[in-house]
Amino acid sequence: MSEYSKIFRDGMWTTNVAFVQLLGLCPLLAVTNTVINGLGLGLATTLTLILSNVTVSLVRNLVRPEIRIPVFVIIIASVVTAIELAMNAWFHDLYKILGIFIPLIVTNCSIIARAEAFASKNNVPHSFADGLFMGLGFTLVLITLGAIREGLGFGTLFRQAHLMFGEAARSLQITLISDYQGFLLAILPPGAFFGLGLLIAAKNIIDKRRAAKKPLTVPAPVAATAA
Amino acid sequence: MHTLARNMLISAVLLGLFAIGGSGMVAWIFANTKQQIAANERATVLRNLHQLVPPETHDNDLFNDVLEIIDPQLDNSKEPVKVWRARRQGKPVAVIINSIAPDGYSGSIKLLVAIRYDGTLAGVRVVQHRETPGLGDGVDLERSNWILQFNNKSLGNPVTDKWRVKRDGGEFDQMTGATITPRAVIKAVRNTLGYFATHRDKLFATAIGETKP
Repeated sequence: MSEYSKIFRDGMWTTNVAFVQLLGLCPLLAVTNTVINGLGLGLATTLTLILSNVTVSLVRNLVRPEIRIPVFVIIIASVVTAIELAMNAWFHDLYKILGIFIPLIVTNCSIIARAEAFASKNNVPHSFADGLFMGLGFTLVLITLGAIREGLGFGTLFRQAHLMFGEAARSLQITLISDYQGFLLAILPPGAFFGLGLLIAAKNIIDKRRAAKKPLTVPAPVAATAA
Repeated sequence: MHTLARNMLISAVLLGLFAIGGSGMVAWIFANTKQQIAANERATVLRNLHQLVPPETHDNDLFNDVLEIIDPQLDNSKEPVKVWRARRQGKPVAVIINSIAPDGYSGSIKLLVAIRYDGTLAGVRVVQHRETPGLGDGVDLERSNWILQFNNKSLGNPVTDKWRVKRDGGEFDQMTGATITPRAVIKAVRNTLGYFATHRDKLFATAIGETKP
């Protein structure tokens, strides 16, 4: 059980894909101008991570070390293409917005990194959990960054929710500030860099405060052996 | 040496099997989503077209009654422009021309220009653009109502000289912070109207799929 809670903590916080490993920044920075875009890409990435981790873990004893990287690449590319087709079929409007970033999930280093570093060495349930929580950790950052940028840029939250949840979800949009003029910088790419930088800084501050509070309950060597 | 060759062979076969398995899965999913994707694309196009030419005004298969035109008057040199034709009981009702404004602030702007048979505009929509968010993207109906001022305008209303933004001495509202984008859109709409005026009856008479009316 503690194994799973460690996987959970690693994925969501300690070695968070976006905050700590700083992987997959291209789609992260590009699509996070609204919460819904972030959520869409996050869920697609999570699904990719779960499927590729599970598949890699299933075949881990079959694949010889010298061909493991090409095999992982084939698995990941197939999974992403399948997800892209499925999204085009069932979430067509969202696909049109995220379209060019879905194939880019292939190049998201976090996926092959998890296949190589975790799934190829662990059993299927653990690999599933690792994919799920690494993906959710990434999604969490995408949503947070999306919320900050959308809130500052448009003065709303959850705009264009109908792209993901259908017409009924149009009313989900929350207007934070009515008659807002908009803050262009937040929506443009530089806003993504500022936002991510501030979020990473905030995480580091929290980590430092925690470490300062209870310096004895963070046994670093234990974490090292478990990894 | 023998075992090395054997190992290499096993690796190659394994890799091949994974490649076959992976592409097999993708092919299977592609075959199963193909129809849905085509239907989605059709629905998206039709939804855009029907915003401008409502479904009750025509009775033909609007989506398939289409020409792909290349004409200097439309300012497109390479990419053909689609022209959908709406008819009612065989009589022409309107065309929707998928015009391109090549001189947007960042790349070309793709428009749908709907023109009634009498030459008045049923409406204009921007379907694809890369204009600056918050400035030039006001041409998008999701952002502002700027594009609606074209409704019911025609070549004579206002006269050709007045087909400009107010700052340039024309009749159309400008957009705060953006000059290039509205200029490009107005020019493209005016050119499209001009093209329609000279080719109107040929456009409706041409068989589906032709590139020159």
